Amino acid sequence: MKAPAWTGVAVTLLICAAPLTAQVSYEQILNAADTPENWLTYNGGYSSQRYSSLTQVTPANVAELESKWMLQDQVLGAWQSNPIVVDGIMYITQRPNDIMAVDAVTGSVFWQYRHTNDDGTRVCCGANNRGVAILDDRVFMGALDATLLAVDRTNGKLLWETSLADPALGYSITMAPLVVKDKVLVGVGGGEFGIRGFVAAFDAATGEEVYRFYTIPGPGEPGHDSWEGDDWEHGGAPVWVTGSFDPDLNLTYWGVGNPGPDWNPGQRPGDNLYSDAVVALDADTGELKWHFQFTPNDGYDYDAVQVPLLVDTDWNGEARNLMLWANRNGYFYVLDRITGEFLSGTPFVKVNWSSGLDDNGRPIPTPQPEGMPTWPGNQGGTNWYPPAYSPRTGLFYFAAWEDYSTIYAPEEAEYIPGRMYLGGGFSVNTPTPGAPAIGIGRDTPINTWTDAVGHGTVMAMDPHTGKPVWKYEQFDVSDSGMLTTESDLLFTGGREGHFHALDARTGELLWKTSLGGQIVMAPITFMVDGKQYVSVISGHALVTFGLRD
Amino acid sequence: MRDILRASACCLAMWLTGLAVPSHSGGALSAQGFEDHRYTTADIETGSRLYTAECALCHGSNGDEVDGVNLRTGQLRRGSSDDAIRAVVASGVGGGRMPAFDLSEAELNGLVAFIRAGFDPGGVAVRIGDAEAGRALFAGGGDCASCHRVNGVGPLTAPDLSDIGAIRTPAALQRVLLDPDGSLIPINRPIRAVTGSGETVEGRRLNEDTYSVQLIDSHGHLRSLIKADLVEYEVSQRATMRPTTLSSEQVAEVIGYLMTLQGVR
Repeated sequence: MKAPAWTGVAVTLLICAAPLTAQVSYEQILNAADTPENWLTYNGGYSSQRYSSLTQVTPANVAELESKWMLQDQVLGAWQSNPIVVDGIMYITQRPNDIMAVDAVTGSVFWQYRHTNDDGTRVCCGANNRGVAILDDRVFMGALDATLLAVDRTNGKLLWETSLADPALGYSITMAPLVVKDKVLVGVGGGEFGIRGFVAAFDAATGEEVYRFYTIPGPGEPGHDSWEGDDWEHGGAPVWVTGSFDPDLNLTYWGVGNPGPDWNPGQRPGDNLYSDAVVALDADTGELKWHFQFTPNDGYDYDAVQVPLLVDTDWNGEARNLMLWANRNGYFYVLDRITGEFLSGTPFVKVNWSSGLDDNGRPIPTPQPEGMPTWPGNQGGTNWYPPAYSPRTGLFYFAAWEDYSTIYAPEEAEYIPGRMYLGGGFSVNTPTPGAPAIGIGRDTPINTWTDAVGHGTVMAMDPHTGKPVWKYEQFDVSDSGMLTTESDLLFTGGREGHFHALDARTGELLWKTSLGGQIVMAPITFMVDGKQYVSVISGHALVTFGLRD
Repeated sequence: MRDILRASACCLAMWLTGLAVPSHSGGALSAQGFEDHRYTTADIETGSRLYTAECALCHGSNGDEVDGVNLRTGQLRRGSSDDAIRAVVASGVGGGRMPAFDLSEAELNGLVAFIRAGFDPGGVAVRIGDAEAGRALFAGGGDCASCHRVNGVGPLTAPDLSDIGAIRTPAALQRVLLDPDGSLIPINRPIRAVTGSGETVEGRRLNEDTYSVQLIDSHGHLRSLIKADLVEYEVSQRATMRPTTLSSEQVAEVIGYLMTLQGVR
C-alpha cells in the first residue's frame, strides 16, 4: 500500500518537535526544584528533601482531592516503587523488574519492558524494586539478579545491560539508581547472604563500569583492621537505598547496611566498617572522603539504609551544610556533610541497646541479657522509608515505629556461598506467648498483632532540638515515606492503607482516604497542563489524585 | 489519637481468645500451678531413652513410620489420652501388629511424657486426659459451652473453638485454662465503647486501625465503629474468662476433648 502524501510532512514535524521535550539533561536534574511539574529522581532532587514547590493543592482545598486514575499492578507482592515523572510521562516499575511508561494524566500505558531475572537469583525479603532513574533518553533500572540496564525512554527497547555481581551469591539490586552527571550509580543488596557490599558507577551511554567502592575495605585499605581474619570477605554491608548528591562538594552520600552474619556480632569482632555507616564518595572517582558509623559491630540488623537528607541551614548561629538522619537504631543524627562531623544525636523512640552517644556520636553499648527484649526491634525505630524536609517549617518528617522490640537469639553461623548467613534469629516481643507479631510488610486486612507489639508515628522532628514538634500516631506501623509541599502539606500513608494529608506545621489531619492496601513507598507530586497531581501506591494500585474539575 | 489501654471496670463483659471456663467457686484458682499439669523433665528423659531402645525400630526416630500414626504430633489411632497410650503400650495391638511391653509405671509415664513433649527433651509435656470425659466437662462442670461455640452450637461472643485442636498446642490450651489474662491475644481484647448517641457497645475486638474498630458485640452482631464518633473507648487487658478451678485430671480431660476439635478439614 502506498503511503499517503502527508506522511512525510508529519515525520518532519515530529523530528523538529522531538528535541524540545525528549531529553532530561543533567542540568535539569541538578535544578530539579526549578521544574516542580516533574519528579526527576527517586527523592525528587539531589538533596532528597522530597519537597515540592507546587502549591495548587493547599490546606484549604486538599479535601477536594479525588482519584483521577488508577493503575493496577499485575504482579502480587509489596509494591515499593517510586515513580519518576517527566513532561507528563510517568516511569514506574512493578515486581520483579518491569518498567512501564504511563500517561501521567490518564494512567494509560505506552510501553512495558520486562527483564527476566537469572534463575539463580535470591533475595532475603521479597522481589522488591524501588524504581528507575532517568538521563537524556535513557531510563535505568537495577534488577534482582544484580543487573543494571538502560532502556530507551520513548519505546522501552533495551540499550545495554551490565551484570554487577553473581546473583547466585546473593547479590541483588532493589534500589532506584542515582544519575550523577554522565554516570549511573547503584549499590547492591544481599546483607543476609554474606556478600561484600559496594556502590558502583557506570557510563550512562554504554553501561561500562567506571568505578566501584567496596563498603568493606580490602587488605591494606584504611578500616580493614575493623574486621578479623576473612570475615571481611562475606561481611555484608549492602547498599540498597538510593543515595544523595551535593553538587557543590561533588560528593555522593550512601547509607550502608548491616554486617553479616546479622545477629551474631561476637562472631565478627571489630567495628565492621563501613557497615551501618554513611559514606561520602567523590562523585567522579568513588574515592572515600569521609564516613560516619552509626552502629559499630551491630548485632541488631540496624542497617543505615536511610536516605541521606541534605539541608543547608543555620546550626548554632552558623550557616552549615547538614545531613539529617533518623536511623534504624533509634537515634536521630545531625552531621556536617562536608566533614562528617557529628553534631548531635538523640533517641526518637525507646532505645536500650545503648545508653547514649559519646561526644563523637559513638554509641555506648548496653547489650541486653539473653532472652530479654531490645528496643527498637529488628525492623528498627525507622527504616528505608524516605523522609522529607520542608525549608518552610524547618522540620524533618519520617515514619517511626514506637513500642516495638525484639528478642535476639545469636548463633554461630557458617558461611556457605549463596546461603543465608544470619547468625541466629529473633522474635518480636509480644505481650502473650505465641501471639501474632509484626512482620515485614502486611499480608492481611486483619490487624491481629495490634498496637500491643508496636505502632507507627509520623514524626515532625526539629533538627535543632532532636525532639518532635508534633506526632501523628497510627494504630499499625508504617513503611510509608513522606512528601511535603510549599503549601505546607505533608502526604503519607501506612500499612493500614489510609492515605493522609496532614498540616505540615501542626500535624492536624486535613484529609484522608482509604485505599485498602499497604502503602510501602513514598508519595510524589507533579503537574501536567497546569494541574497538580499526587500519586501514591497502595497494595497493588497506583492511585493518582488531583483537585476536582 | 491512639487509644489508651485502661484496666477494665468490673462491670465490663470480657471475652478471651482460647476458651472460657468461668469459675463458680471464685478465689481458689491460684492453688493450681502449671507443674501440676505436666510431666517432669526427668520423665521426658526416661521416655527418650526407652523410646530409642524399644520403639524406634518400628515407629521410626520421628515417630511417623507406622501407617496412620504420628507419635510426635499426637496423631494416634487408638484413643489420644495419656491413659489410652499407656494401655496400648502395656497390652499391645492384636494380630501381631504391636507387641505388649512389660514396663513400670515410671517407664510408661516417661514414654507418654516424651510423646507429649513432641520428642523434644527440652519440651513441655502437658497431660492429656480422656476426651469423652472432657466433652462432658466442657458442656457441664467446666461451663465452657456457656460462652464458646463448637460446630455451630453455642453462643458467638467468645471465640469459636471448632478447630482449636488444630491451631493450638496442648501447652497453649493449658496455659489459657490456668492463666486466661496472661494468654489473652491482643486482638481479642474486650472493648467497651460509648457512641455519640449514648449507646454502650461491649464486645470482642476483631480488627482495628487508626480510625475505626470492628467487633462482635455481646449480642453476637458484627459492628464497625468510627473512633472519632465515640465518647468513650476502652480496651481491656483482662480476659472475661477466669482461671479454672477444675482439678489437674479434669483440665487434662478438657484439653483431651479440645484436641479432638479439628475443624471441618
